[in-house]
Amino acid sequence: MSMSAFAATDTPAVEIIGLHKWFGAFHVLSDINLKVGRGERIVICGPSGSGKSTLLRCINRLEDFQRGEIAVDGKQLTQDIRRIDAVRREVGMVFQQFNLFPHLTVLENCALAPIQVRGMPKKEAEQRAMLFLERVKIPEQAAKYPNQLSGGQQQRVAIARALCMSPKLMMFDEPTSALDPEMVKEVLDTMVALALDGMTMLVVTHEMTFARQVANRIVFMDAGEIIEINAPVPFFANPQHERTKLFLSQILH
Amino acid sequence: MDAPTITAPTTKGTALAYVRTAPAAAVSPPLATVGALAWFKGRLFSSVGSTLMTISIVLLLFWCVPPLIDFLIVDATWTGFDREACLPSLARPEVGACWPFIGDRLAYITYGSYPVALRWRVDLFFAMLTFGTAWLLWLDAPRRDIGAIYFFVVLPVASFALLHGFPPLGLATVDTAFWGGMTVTIVVAAVGIVASLPIGIVLALGRRSEMPAVRLLSTLFIEIVRGVPLITVLFMASVMLPLFLPETWSPDKLMRALVGVALFSSAYMAEVVRAGLQSIPRGQYDAAHALGLSYWQTLRLIILPQALTVTIPNIVNSYIALFKDTTLVFFVGIFDFLKTIEAARADPKWSTPVTSATGYIFAALVYFVFCYAMSRYASRIEKRLAAGENR
Repeated sequence: MSMSAFAATDTPAVEIIGLHKWFGAFHVLSDINLKVGRGERIVICGPSGSGKSTLLRCINRLEDFQRGEIAVDGKQLTQDIRRIDAVRREVGMVFQQFNLFPHLTVLENCALAPIQVRGMPKKEAEQRAMLFLERVKIPEQAAKYPNQLSGGQQQRVAIARALCMSPKLMMFDEPTSALDPEMVKEVLDTMVALALDGMTMLVVTHEMTFARQVANRIVFMDAGEIIEINAPVPFFANPQHERTKLFLSQILH
Repeated sequence: MDAPTITAPTTKGTALAYVRTAPAAAVSPPLATVGALAWFKGRLFSSVGSTLMTISIVLLLFWCVPPLIDFLIVDATWTGFDREACLPSLARPEVGACWPFIGDRLAYITYGSYPVALRWRVDLFFAMLTFGTAWLLWLDAPRRDIGAIYFFVVLPVASFALLHGFPPLGLATVDTAFWGGMTVTIVVAAVGIVASLPIGIVLALGRRSEMPAVRLLSTLFIEIVRGVPLITVLFMASVMLPLFLPETWSPDKLMRALVGVALFSSAYMAEVVRAGLQSIPRGQYDAAHALGLSYWQTLRLIILPQALTVTIPNIVNSYIALFKDTTLVFFVGIFDFLKTIEAARADPKWSTPVTSATGYIFAALVYFVFCYAMSRYASRIEKRLAAGENR
């Protein structure tokens, strides 16, 4: 797949222009410009502390930003909380620590937002939740509580929970970093299946095999800046910047 | 040079095997580690210090338990109609507790001066309160959401109509000056308990708010109220409040004390709830917001259910403290349970050397039963929570 496939789409899924963010005096994001086409899958990588997670958290406004513009599906993010909620409804997010709601069953975790946010009838929301739990291959765990599941299962529930809201964009913030090694594959397989379905995805990860297999473009960040954006093959074969080369030499053995 | 050779280790010529070829026979544990004897030895007499401790505690028990049993049961008077029954005589030099005194004054201790003909209304109030409490406390009860509405909305209104009166329904008004005894103690405690949780939640949220004015006001209120003794708040409510209010609108004495107790316990409850809120990880807010839940939805559906569950033991703990603190209302002239006992023991009809002791022991027993019940409930919940950690 090439980038040109997305050039024709009218509104990009995400458009970020001149984004700056400071934590106090610390310049955590500096002049970020990124356009994500519909159906495009972007992997963001870089050393820890480079601002990858913060960038994702700005897109659904879990983090405030001081300068620049972000538009999701053509909707500009402003200070208006209704606008923010409208954007959040369309953006699914999967966290490193799963963040399932421990006092609710797996099924309730998945059906909660469709009922409360979309106003879907309970029965319909639960049927939908079962559908997505089947997609992530754990329908038999629906009545259990999150703490009864393994890490990999919890993360798949988290993916199903986000999908239940029918998001236009899915963001993954290091989804496999908190998992035991033998559980990484089941989560990555779920994400690959999602990619094959044509979901627009923004993935912060260090799983370079996944990046090669799934990404349309790879974004390399360091010290709050985007250093390099490239398609996987040239990104790995022929990195353009010294910092990219250094990073790749450290993570590819 | 000889090259070092590795030979199998031997003892007295026999080759040593590293792995057993047959399972070892089971060995029964030494006698000294099981059974009652071992328990005594291990727990009570394991060292010189522990032996001394055991002996002194046994002596202490011997010194204070038998006289208490003598006073409460063996030497106690069980029947009688006035002080004569409880007076020491030549035939009966040791007189214990004077239980007929409690029996005789039980109605007064329970209802105060509430009109006798209308006491069924108080009984009905007790019944409704017990029903509501049981519904809420029994965690597996059906429809606890309705139970909560009943307890926090229906019950307060019904209680007011029953106790104070509601003429349109034919319930004659009974001035709070006639209320007294256990009725008042229960009313004060119940109002404190019912009001402090919601107000406390609001204050706790206010203290964590991102709006500086809200945060400042909540913090000020909590810190000021926590910084003064309850008795000061009560004096303030009963003596100073009327000075600030127009004369035409002077709320009655009990009402003022109720407001004082409710505000006081709310400030403490706010801090208990805040601790619970702080125990909820940031990721829960992130996940809820990322799904598009609003601030209030996040609080109601995600944060409060978790925060309140972990704080139940602490909430009950505050309730125990509150229940005992209700005795302070007697300083502002309200006839609570303890005050009615005070009044009853001064009655010349029952004037004996043991009347006061009997009255106070009865009061202590009643307070203990209530507080111990709450404490047991809290520890049951705690166990259940600990077991549910891995749900």
